[in-house]
Amino acid sequence: MSTTELKTFEEALESFDPAMGLEVHVELSTLTKMFCGCPTEFGAEPNTQVCPTCLGLPGAMPAVNAKAVEAAIRIGLALNCEIAEWCRFARKNYFYPDMPKNFQTSQYDEPIAFEGYMDVTVPVEGGEDEIVRVAIERAHMEEDTGKSLHVGGATGRIHGADHSLVDYNRAGIPLIEIVTKPITGMGEKAPAVARAYVAQLRELIIALGVSDARMDQGSIRADVNLSLAPKGAGGLGTRSETKNVNSLRSVERAVRYEMQRHAALLSSGGSVLQETRHWHEDTGITTSGREKSDAEDYRYFPEPDLVPVAPSREWVEELRATLPENPTVKRARLQAEWGFSDLEMRDTVGAGAFGLVEQTIAAGATPTAARKWWLSELARRANEAGVEITALAVTPAEVAAVQGLVDAGTINDKMARQVFDGLLAGEGTPEEIVASRGLALVSDDGALGAAVDNAIAANPDVAQKIRDGKVAAAGALIGSVMKEMRGQADAGRVRELILEKLA
Amino acid sequence: MSDLTRRTAAQLVDALATGEVTSVELTQAHLDRIAAVDGTADAGIHAFLHVDAEGALAQAAASDERRAAGRVAHALDGVPIAVKDVLTTTGLPTTCGSKILEGWVPPYDATVVARVKAAGLPILGKTNMDEFAMGSSTEHSAYGPTRNPWDLDRIPGGSGGGSAAAVASFQAPLALGTDTGGSIRQPGAVTGTVGVKPTYGGVSRYGLVALANSLDQVGPVTRTVLDSALLHELVGGHDPLDSTSIDRPVGGLVEAARQGATGDLTGLKVGIISELAGDGWQPGVMTRFAESVALLEQAGAEVVEVSCPSFVHAMAAYYLILPAEASSNLAKFDAMRYGLRVLPEGVDAPSAEQVMRASRDVGFGDEVKRRIIIGTYALSSGYYDAYYGQAQKVRTLISRDFAAAYEKVDVLVSPTAPTTAFRLGEKLDDPLAMYLNDLATIPANLAGVPGISVPAGLADEDGLPVGFQVLAPALADDRVYRVGAALEALLEEKWGGALLTQAPELDGAAR
Repeated sequence: MSTTELKTFEEALESFDPAMGLEVHVELSTLTKMFCGCPTEFGAEPNTQVCPTCLGLPGAMPAVNAKAVEAAIRIGLALNCEIAEWCRFARKNYFYPDMPKNFQTSQYDEPIAFEGYMDVTVPVEGGEDEIVRVAIERAHMEEDTGKSLHVGGATGRIHGADHSLVDYNRAGIPLIEIVTKPITGMGEKAPAVARAYVAQLRELIIALGVSDARMDQGSIRADVNLSLAPKGAGGLGTRSETKNVNSLRSVERAVRYEMQRHAALLSSGGSVLQETRHWHEDTGITTSGREKSDAEDYRYFPEPDLVPVAPSREWVEELRATLPENPTVKRARLQAEWGFSDLEMRDTVGAGAFGLVEQTIAAGATPTAARKWWLSELARRANEAGVEITALAVTPAEVAAVQGLVDAGTINDKMARQVFDGLLAGEGTPEEIVASRGLALVSDDGALGAAVDNAIAANPDVAQKIRDGKVAAAGALIGSVMKEMRGQADAGRVRELILEKLA
Repeated sequence: MSDLTRRTAAQLVDALATGEVTSVELTQAHLDRIAAVDGTADAGIHAFLHVDAEGALAQAAASDERRAAGRVAHALDGVPIAVKDVLTTTGLPTTCGSKILEGWVPPYDATVVARVKAAGLPILGKTNMDEFAMGSSTEHSAYGPTRNPWDLDRIPGGSGGGSAAAVASFQAPLALGTDTGGSIRQPGAVTGTVGVKPTYGGVSRYGLVALANSLDQVGPVTRTVLDSALLHELVGGHDPLDSTSIDRPVGGLVEAARQGATGDLTGLKVGIISELAGDGWQPGVMTRFAESVALLEQAGAEVVEVSCPSFVHAMAAYYLILPAEASSNLAKFDAMRYGLRVLPEGVDAPSAEQVMRASRDVGFGDEVKRRIIIGTYALSSGYYDAYYGQAQKVRTLISRDFAAAYEKVDVLVSPTAPTTAFRLGEKLDDPLAMYLNDLATIPANLAGVPGISVPAGLADEDGLPVGFQVLAPALADDRVYRVGAALEALLEEKWGGALLTQAPELDGAAR
């Protein structure tokens, strides 16, 4: 379907009520895999982090990673879930070359965590933030598959490829799949709710310290289920499942796109095919994926090689005590502490920079400075590079250090931007970059004084206005001095000197 | 035949300790015996799929060096062993009797193999078996059948016919087997050897290419009860790589066997399982069974009859659970990473799916395909509850029957198999008749309890070995050793020696 055949978002809402279900996969940052001792480090040479178990060699057996169970329970608790007293792993059977055993060890009807909720803060354009309670159906443990690389085709997809390569390093990495109940009644807010849910879930995961939750590296991935029902009719329509939507913005866009696509199909008397769809980041559309998905029979049965997981209530309570502050509560607390307006706070969260700003403040920067650098300068650079802001090669401590240099009068804001260039290029610490790039401001009063004298001499009218008390006129002289100093002067000091000389 | 191959493992332990023989000498003696009688798929016993003379002799030489230096690794250090081809071995092919794994050499050792190696037992080779352990005759091996040393026209039992026949024909004093529904005990019965299925979880399954994970167990295959106890204590015990393995030390088995050999069973309560007798049970089998029961009574045991009413459903439940688990286990054999790869004919650029299909079609035998189809069906949505779910309920009922019986008695007994060894080919076209051979052994696997089969003599009508089975509660493996050793001692006293001394000489069988 081309975009011209879509209904507009407004048209879709006129006739239909959307229902969403979000499935988020979180790759845990445990040191070893879910069922074996292989390392989980991202980016290693293909097929170097494998063993008989995660390669599915004949005879090899799984053994559960206790740290992964712990992480699953903590996620469950943070999502206000019940924690199973007894649960099992199950085999999900299907053939695929990147599945070493041709079954995935997952959980089926006995998830480790179930029946929870998350209160999601949803930004409303031109209004107060709204809190929406998203019901959590379950969170369960499973292992990741290997990664197929289709070579020779135009798109990297299997069609048209002349051969495929498989990297099993990812096979067996622990995953937690978090599934919401159908989210209904959201109307026009649906796309924003989806985005806010994933964003807040991501924050929660990071706060728990169980995953680095990098959408760009796939360590947190969202599948968006969407269906439309005729307006006011209740019930749920046929859903599509859009896989691997890998940025917050795309979650919002994918919901919106599927609403428009479904609406067009249903309005023209057609029906929605229950299928898996691929999200295309570049064009912002979805296309039909594997046709079978839901029609497939996975022949689940309990994994006989693993004993049931039966977390004691004492352990669960111990883990509950390790939970970090609820992010919603924490956000309200910090907003007050930092003195941010609702809008400023929303922008900070929306940019995915909440944690970064928090850490930058903790490293000594003022809230205003921390927000300024991350939301203006660094967000722009992340955008340009097409990466998550958290993926930038600049740390909160470095941002605080740069601001420290500005506060000390060593550099000005303009130079600070050049320091960020240096940091992104890996040129060393902020101090090293200031030195190597020759960015230090001239604070020698002798040189500055001469420049100020020149500026006063060249602008007698302005100088007279200042003598007469129109201090605001100093700006013109400062500009002149800065020009002469080729920007390498502390504007604050220049102002002081001008006012001293003309007092 | 060298006298060395006639000795039991316990006797070889002594001979090595006194310096009467070296490990190299007795390993060579067994290799010579293999060369003389094992033959090929077409003639001889054909117990081995792969013989590793070089490796075994090197391990033997290393054992002799250790002994000379006073650093013996284990009581069995230097005593050679044969290993069923379903257990992974580095450096030795592991085929599971299937074409689909032809030539596959695993990069890791099964835990039991690692323990055997660490203890210094030279590994003679890998023994034949029904493909992926599916069968009761070893005729389903893709590499040709094993023959029964008592009659080369007859089956040696299965799936572990290779290990049983190797031990029965003095090609190895010890062997490792696996038992999913009787694959150690039934071959033991029909070849006149001893086989033990330990308590589920008593021996690590890591490196055992799974048939049915919830039923499989590794165990010893030997000529005497004491030898089984020695081997069981060596390979048993907790293994962190197998989460279903029980976290407590294995022990007291050798002691129980020695105590049982005194022939005193005073105070022991023995239950005869009423359901494991009747129509279809060979008269000669029942006669030897009754004699053995009488001997236990003479030894001081109190014998009663016990009913386990759910056992009649055991076979049906077993043939749902096993294929269900197997169908999933065998999915990994897809020609993508290891094993046989067959390109479909007449296809230019075959897809992965087409290669999987062609490879599995050629690589799996009919019995394997039969069970994959049954298992896939039993797990399918809409059928799961009716088949797999029901079978699990039956399993619970069988466990309850056992629990109720063990409130009344210490051990349960039955003939190991309903008949003596049948002729090669006799039941090949009748899977159900073949399955019935495991009638008496399956309940122990479903309930996870230990069992032993010991030779009970020869059936009058065909002169072939009959097995006597002893079952005990989970974790009470020592009881099957005690009762098994007592019966063995009483019978051998009656026979004037081991049953296998009555087996035909096989010199020249390989030709």
